[in-house]
Amino acid sequence: MSRFELDARRMLCPMPVIKTQNKVKELAEGDILAVVCTDPGALSDIPAWARINGHTILGHEENDDELTITVRVGG
Amino acid sequence: MAKQHKAVALISGGLDSLLAVRVLQEQGIEVEGINFYTGFCVEGHTHAIRNHDKDKQKRNNALWAAEQLGIKLHIVDVIEEYKDVLLNPKHGYGANMNPCLDCKIFMVSKAVEWVKEHHKEGFDFIITGEVIGQRPMSQRKEVMPIVAGESGADDILLRPLCAKNLAPTKPELEGWVDREKLYDFHGRNRKPQMALAKQFGFTDYASPAGGCCFLTDKNYSDKLVDLWEGRGSREYEMDDIMLLKVGRHLRPKPEFKMIIARDAGESKYLEGYRKQFVTIQVISHNGPLSMVDGKIQTEDYELAAGIVARYGQGRDAEEVKVEISVPGQDVQTLNIKPLSIEQVLEEWHV
Ligand code: SF4
Repeated sequence: MSRFELDARRMLCPMPVIKTQNKVKELAEGDILAVVCTDPGALSDIPAWARINGHTILGHEENDDELTITVRVGG
Repeated sequence: MAKQHKAVALISGGLDSLLAVRVLQEQGIEVEGINFYTGFCVEGHTHAIRNHDKDKQKRNNALWAAEQLGIKLHIVDVIEEYKDVLLNPKHGYGANMNPCLDCKIFMVSKAVEWVKEHHKEGFDFIITGEVIGQRPMSQRKEVMPIVAGESGADDILLRPLCAKNLAPTKPELEGWVDREKLYDFHGRNRKPQMALAKQFGFTDYASPAGGCCFLTDKNYSDKLVDLWEGRGSREYEMDDIMLLKVGRHLRPKPEFKMIIARDAGESKYLEGYRKQFVTIQVISHNGPLSMVDGKIQTEDYELAAGIVARYGQGRDAEEVKVEISVPGQDVQTLNIKPLSIEQVLEEWHV
């Protein structure tokens, strides 16, 4: 299991979702990806994407204007 | 055991694609969705920018539709490839800058590529939510075979909502799907779709007024054409597409345009462009951030600053102090008198 970070700052939805999806394709089951974004829309889109495609949201953190959403690849 | 046939569905997030998928799921077909992001899609964007949109429920309708259907959704970034569709549409534009027919052909052809790439996983045909006669340009009966032919999909393109009005396709001929259980919807009347939605228990679905993208919007198209004319070139980047949705746009001179934020959310968004563009802001009073797109000469600073000041709280003051920041240069300040309403000419508004 490895930990990765994805910079999706200043991208507007659905770009953070597309970047997350494409990054996750390169990762292995169980890997953790922290997506850092600034579009609050990602907070509904990334979890929706994860539910649909069988990934797990471990949580999210907000500080200042940044939002970090943590995804575990797979269930 | 008979092979499990799989289809990939073009998902826009609207009701039609939702129904088309459910109709096939009822027949035991396994479906996955594909959604193409051209940069102009109605989904997302602006709600993240403007203040008053912040509290609205945010949802990406394509993802929402996929979740309702219990299918996977692949979102594909086609921003670069789409440029050629928008700039050189063989079949021309619709009422605005929307190249709907070429767009449909392009998207179906991308789906054909996807099916080829995923053939091993059992994908063998494509479905769309198209309904004959529903859209003036891209869904007339005569154009249905054009989309199938020019996209290279031919007989593997099935439109479950209007299949009975069209020649049978491979999935029907091969008996993968039962043609009798498909539909014959046509025309602009949406009642049959709404009835079917009710039957399937879909509520709260999206029904975008114009189309699936901003190119069907007159204001947006006007701004796009103005951008191209102003630059003398039809090149565009993702930032340009986004900026056309932000702020009020005024072109006081052919060589430059001003983008003036309408609220704090937009000001904050424009902040992100400070390093790339000349920005102008009143500092003696509260006021919006404004950005200059194009080439502005020093002698026009006063004019530009006067316009920006018109939209801030100092609009009636005798004099306001304005900060002009040019990337890579020291910030300059200027004392100017805001333009009056009459001085901001109607024809400047893009
Ligand atoms: S409305 Fe936009 S996305 Fe939809 S078919 Fe027309 S050009 Fe394509």
